[in-house]
Amino acid sequence: MTTDPSQLQLTADGRLKHFLTTEGLSRALLTEILDTADSFISTQERAVKKVPLLRGKTVVNLFFENSTRTRSTFELAATRLSADILNLDIQRSATAKGETLMDTLWNLEAMYSDMFVVRHADSGAAHFIAEQVTPNVAIINAGDGRHAHPTQAMLDMLTIRRHKHQIAGQIVAIVGDILHSRVARSQIHALLALGAAEVRVVGPATLLPKDIESLGAKAYYDLNLALRDCDVVIMLRLQKERMQNALLPSEGEFFKLYGLTTEKLALAKPDAIVMHPGPINRGVEIESAVADGPQSVILNQVSYGIAVRMAVMAMAMSGQQASQQAAQQPVEGDTE
Amino acid sequence: MKYLHIRDARVIAPAQQLDDVCDLYLAEGQLRAIGEKPAGGTIESTLDAQGNWLVPGFIDLSSYLNEPGYTQRGTIASETRAAAAAGFSHVCAQPLTRPVADSPAVIQLMQDKASSAGYSRLLPLGALTQGLEGEQLANMVSLRNAGCIALSNARQPIKDSYVLRRLMEYAATYDILLFLSADDAALSNGGVMHEGPTATRLGLAGIPETAETIALAQILLLIEQTGVRAHISQISCARSVSMLREARQRGLQVSADVAIANLCYTDAQVNGYDSRYHLLPSLRSEADRQALLAAVNAGELAICSNHQPHEIVAKKAPFAESAAGMALYAPFIGLLLQRVNDGELTLNAALSALSTLPAATLGLHSGFAEGQRFNASLINPEQTDAYGRSGQVIATFVDGFKVYQQPS
Repeated sequence: MTTDPSQLQLTADGRLKHFLTTEGLSRALLTEILDTADSFISTQERAVKKVPLLRGKTVVNLFFENSTRTRSTFELAATRLSADILNLDIQRSATAKGETLMDTLWNLEAMYSDMFVVRHADSGAAHFIAEQVTPNVAIINAGDGRHAHPTQAMLDMLTIRRHKHQIAGQIVAIVGDILHSRVARSQIHALLALGAAEVRVVGPATLLPKDIESLGAKAYYDLNLALRDCDVVIMLRLQKERMQNALLPSEGEFFKLYGLTTEKLALAKPDAIVMHPGPINRGVEIESAVADGPQSVILNQVSYGIAVRMAVMAMAMSGQQASQQAAQQPVEGDTE
Repeated sequence: MKYLHIRDARVIAPAQQLDDVCDLYLAEGQLRAIGEKPAGGTIESTLDAQGNWLVPGFIDLSSYLNEPGYTQRGTIASETRAAAAAGFSHVCAQPLTRPVADSPAVIQLMQDKASSAGYSRLLPLGALTQGLEGEQLANMVSLRNAGCIALSNARQPIKDSYVLRRLMEYAATYDILLFLSADDAALSNGGVMHEGPTATRLGLAGIPETAETIALAQILLLIEQTGVRAHISQISCARSVSMLREARQRGLQVSADVAIANLCYTDAQVNGYDSRYHLLPSLRSEADRQALLAAVNAGELAICSNHQPHEIVAKKAPFAESAAGMALYAPFIGLLLQRVNDGELTLNAALSALSTLPAATLGLHSGFAEGQRFNASLINPEQTDAYGRSGQVIATFVDGFKVYQQPS
């Protein structure tokens, strides 16, 4: 009955029809996403920024979890593709009235929506919707629990590619709270598929999930060791509640051990770039001098976000349409 | 005397080292003879059982019947019928009902419903704590007197080790049997599946093995201290198997069971966020599954269904929000015989784990002794079930009465 997320998001001929996870996607498809995003970056620099790829389509932003920043980039991306867009901050209101997730979505589907951009606190929520609720609506995962945040990961890939020219061969360190990070999981899958030489995950044992190496990453407890020969350093945001949950003693101690300072960054390759999915906790995971320094590419990341989201929305919508047309074609030999 | 004659069945009763094709004669609810017809009397009817197995009635040490209170999931009548169709003559019903089965009135109601339905015999498990809240002792003696065969907290947490100690002491005073499950809620910490590679990949919060083993260590030490009669419900880890073995070697009298699902599946089944496999206890690693199978083969663990049906909508949700539990009566025989056919369980060990061992825990009779109440089921090992697995129950007998007959 259930399908692996990596298969569920593809059409029979291997095109994207949902975008749920970076796991299981081929290097060719990930590269196509990046190339498409690249082409949209040039349109962003024009006076008229709109392209008509999603004209007449309705995109619904379904945010069960608050996120102004991610939601706005999706909204801008949909607008620039000429789609009609509806923003719904559902959070807990509908479910608090006793409506199930399925009821909410069936109502929206009945309004002839073509695409749902979904953010939800439960791992697997986007997958559940794509498989069991509204299979004919293209689903874009805008973050599900600890599982995946594939558009964020792809904008990180775009950032790396634009600064380093390629992802193949790069040594990348991801530092901080890996346990709770959907971004880290999506980055690991994308980096490895795109040929990164090594992906290192760095943090204390409380913040590294058990068996993280089964995803192909290498676990490090010592930031100084992990930074050696690194081409890319990705710092993750540390949530305040980690201190209350006995995962860390204090922000101060975390910064001493895993905070990125100019001194520590010097251990990486001289041309290493520093990334952060934002919003930054200055003085907790990264020192201001590094965040604002010459090796930081943090601001560029934000501007690439719209292009990447335009790319996956356009690709998934086209794949979804192709797959529905294929389903409507009469089967050969079927007389009726 | 008028006899029911069961002809040419392969009669298998591990406790009596019996495995032979022979005839049985029943009268007045009792088994009267194996082999030759007793002198005198007439044969009223004959059941041709050629090619079928006649095995002791299965005794289920854990099942959720959901009545009273959750009848949208199933009723005592529907679920005891399903149990009979899976070969169970006796079913221990967990007290997770609404209201909770912590009073003689609810126990009485459940027994009335079961006897008027007339399928498998219901053996009520009374709540160990009031409202299953884990804090205040339930009226244990009243529940025992009302007919509870044992008391259980239905996998709901006991507040702390102090309450655990006291409830064991109190139960020991009156020689009341306790069913205890090993789960340290603080270590489970909101987890929804086995902590391992699949949980990491799917981003689901994990339940570490130590959530079970630490709780089990605590339970075993307190059983030793209090001398309570206790049974450990549904262990899931290899380490728990060895801990139980060590405790028994020290002389502790303690029985335990494993849910059929943990003998058949591993955590890999959750791939694709398949909420059907959201179970408690969680499905664990292949090494755990192998250790549990070995323990069943060694006669150290009983098997229970841990049948827990839910309404469809409770399962149709993102994994963490879906209800834990699975309806297991319909696939039960197929799953069990698949283990046997795949060489993972011996037939004798599998049958013993469903009859001899649970009977010993509960102090019931099992097997085929002349002059005893006849509890048995007739299995066609070849017939395939709705899931394509081999093995179907043809008929189930409870106290000599045929309570289930496969629809033709």
